[in-house]
Amino acid sequence: MNRQNARAYALLSPALGSLALFLVAPVLFIAVYSFWIRTAEGLDIPAFQFGNWIAVATDYYYWLGLWGSFKLALVTTMACAAVGYPTAYFLARIRFSNKALLLFLLFLPFWISYIIRTMAWISVLGRTGAVNTALISLGIIDEPLKMLYNDFSVIMGLVYFLLPYMIINVYVSLDGIDRNLEASARTLGCSAWQTFREVTLPLSLPGLGAGCMLCFVLAAGSYVTPRLLGGPDTLFFPDLIYEAIISQLDWPTGAVLSVILLLSLGLLVGVYNRFMSLSDIYRSFAR
Amino acid sequence: MHAVELSQVTKRFGHNIIAVDNIDLVVAAGSFVTLLGPSGCGKTTTLRMIAGLETPSAGEIRIKDQRINDVPIHKRNLGIVFQNYALFPHKTIAANVGFGLKYRNVAPDEIGRRVARALDMVRLPGVEERYPTQLSGGQQQRIALARALVIEPDVLLLDEPLSALDANLREEMRVEIKNIQRRVGIATVFVTHDQGEALAMSDHVVVMNKGRIEQAGAPREVYEHPHSAFVASFLGNANFITGQVRSAADGHAQVALGAHVLNATTERRLQAGESVTVVVRAEKIDLLPPGQGGLPGTVADVDYLGALARYQITLEDGTRLLSLASLKDKPLAVGQLVELRIDPQHCRIL
Ligand SMILES: Nc1ncnc2c1ncn2[C@@H]1O[C@H](COP(=O)(O)OP(=O)(O)OP(=O)(O)O)[C@@H](O)[C@H]1O
Ligand SMILES: [Mg+2]
Repeated sequence: MNRQNARAYALLSPALGSLALFLVAPVLFIAVYSFWIRTAEGLDIPAFQFGNWIAVATDYYYWLGLWGSFKLALVTTMACAAVGYPTAYFLARIRFSNKALLLFLLFLPFWISYIIRTMAWISVLGRTGAVNTALISLGIIDEPLKMLYNDFSVIMGLVYFLLPYMIINVYVSLDGIDRNLEASARTLGCSAWQTFREVTLPLSLPGLGAGCMLCFVLAAGSYVTPRLLGGPDTLFFPDLIYEAIISQLDWPTGAVLSVILLLSLGLLVGVYNRFMSLSDIYRSFAR
Repeated sequence: MHAVELSQVTKRFGHNIIAVDNIDLVVAAGSFVTLLGPSGCGKTTTLRMIAGLETPSAGEIRIKDQRINDVPIHKRNLGIVFQNYALFPHKTIAANVGFGLKYRNVAPDEIGRRVARALDMVRLPGVEERYPTQLSGGQQQRIALARALVIEPDVLLLDEPLSALDANLREEMRVEIKNIQRRVGIATVFVTHDQGEALAMSDHVVVMNKGRIEQAGAPREVYEHPHSAFVASFLGNANFITGQVRSAADGHAQVALGAHVLNATTERRLQAGESVTVVVRAEKIDLLPPGQGGLPGTVADVDYLGALARYQITLEDGTRLLSLASLKDKPLAVGQLVELRIDPQHCRIL
């Protein structure tokens, strides 16, 4: 290791140290815990055995939970992409002198506690919430719609929470596209829509991909939103972890579930990285 | 039939920016026209209006005698090359060059043939499968040129295509672009702020300033007969000397500089006693030893440039002049007394 490297590592050491201490160590701890034995009396005994893993793997209930979370994350991500891409496109293309202000407004809600913002949806979507009251007083419906405490309200809450992440990722990649590329495509014979398909969309895919990845991972692991806005009909994985660890005090099972969630999301990110690394190169070219 | 014709074209951005101010411009078929001017004078905006990338606020643009103000960009048959090449980074060179052909419904194997021919033309055969970033800047610019020309456009538009290249390459590409243009015989509008490029390449130079056309004409005419101080100073090293008209007749005038007299030419009608500005190009001033009846001066500073020397000369009244002289001997020394001789036809009264 040469001196330059040594200095870089020295400068990085606080960051690396805290990562190791606050992230890697606890995760390893959980991983180790997943192999312990939990006795019928509720004691956790250090061991190395796969009993917990087999129990979880053979329980249909957990897989249902994992599927539920992934489905939720997928729908949320698609909704974020569908709403976020046009918004980001608008932000990137509008001729406005103070774009920093617009981006600031995008993140303004982050100043309010996440929990409060999530709870606010209750008074928007509830039986006597803003939407139902408005629709009834306008005479469009007679009975209040049931919009709260189901998958719909969970997705609403998550999209609301995650949208800025999607928008900012897409915005950055759209903003980085050389406008002359679009101009070239136009002069070479593309209509506006064809230009979007040939140039703008492909070159913004890295940002869209990164946004999707972020939304998916955050949605799949989200716990508070399903808890506050979710109903009894769908099972979400983080809920099961909470159940195991807090309600049943079954740490080994909770550890297994945590590791499963971590691994499956990690796998997804890994696959994404392999798959998208090519397009990432494009982005750096697209100045 | 003119390749491009702009009549009274104006472009405003918002309420107070007038990027292009009521210009008239004609590009004859097959000719090479250069828009020359300082940064922000509206060159790019003019080019973009021809391409359809900006809409004129007023006036009319015709290409091959067809009004095209309302023709969308992709229906105008134009080739455009930008300073930063603007090659599609996610497409191969073949896909880049063949892009315009694909949207003209040319059959794939025909596209392949024409792309190969275009790459031959820019002397880069066989790079079809590469990606733009795998080529050098000069090579990328050639590809951009091939991409613009392969569609056989009505007009070729070049927006400072050389300014991202280093000096040697710039020289080479300048010759190359000019050769290709002459061979293909395509009407070309070239934007630059480099007077050397403009003079070397153009059939017709259009000098712009603050959105207006200051002067247009053949390179030599614009250079030798500048109509304004702006054109004179923008093209080449111009000196401006102020004096009083002593006498004037038939386009000739004697201008008094203190006790001395400068013979000058003019297109204006002048009155004796009028105060005028005389333009003299630095390379038109000959420096002679004293005692021959010329304008006396002192060498105040010398820049040795190898083949040339650039002198700062101070006249008796304190006026500073710039003189460029080709060096056969050693340069003059600072403090040396000299006399200036200037051919009257190179002393032009504005
Ligand atoms: N989209 C725009 N919005 C507002 N003003 C603009 C816009 N495009 C150009 N301008 C203004 O119009 C004027 C002319 O710009 P233009 O780009 O045509 O100059 P240019 O001659 O090409 O300069 P350069 O040599 O720097 O490229 C400038 O003052 C510029 O600020
Ligand atoms: Mg420009």
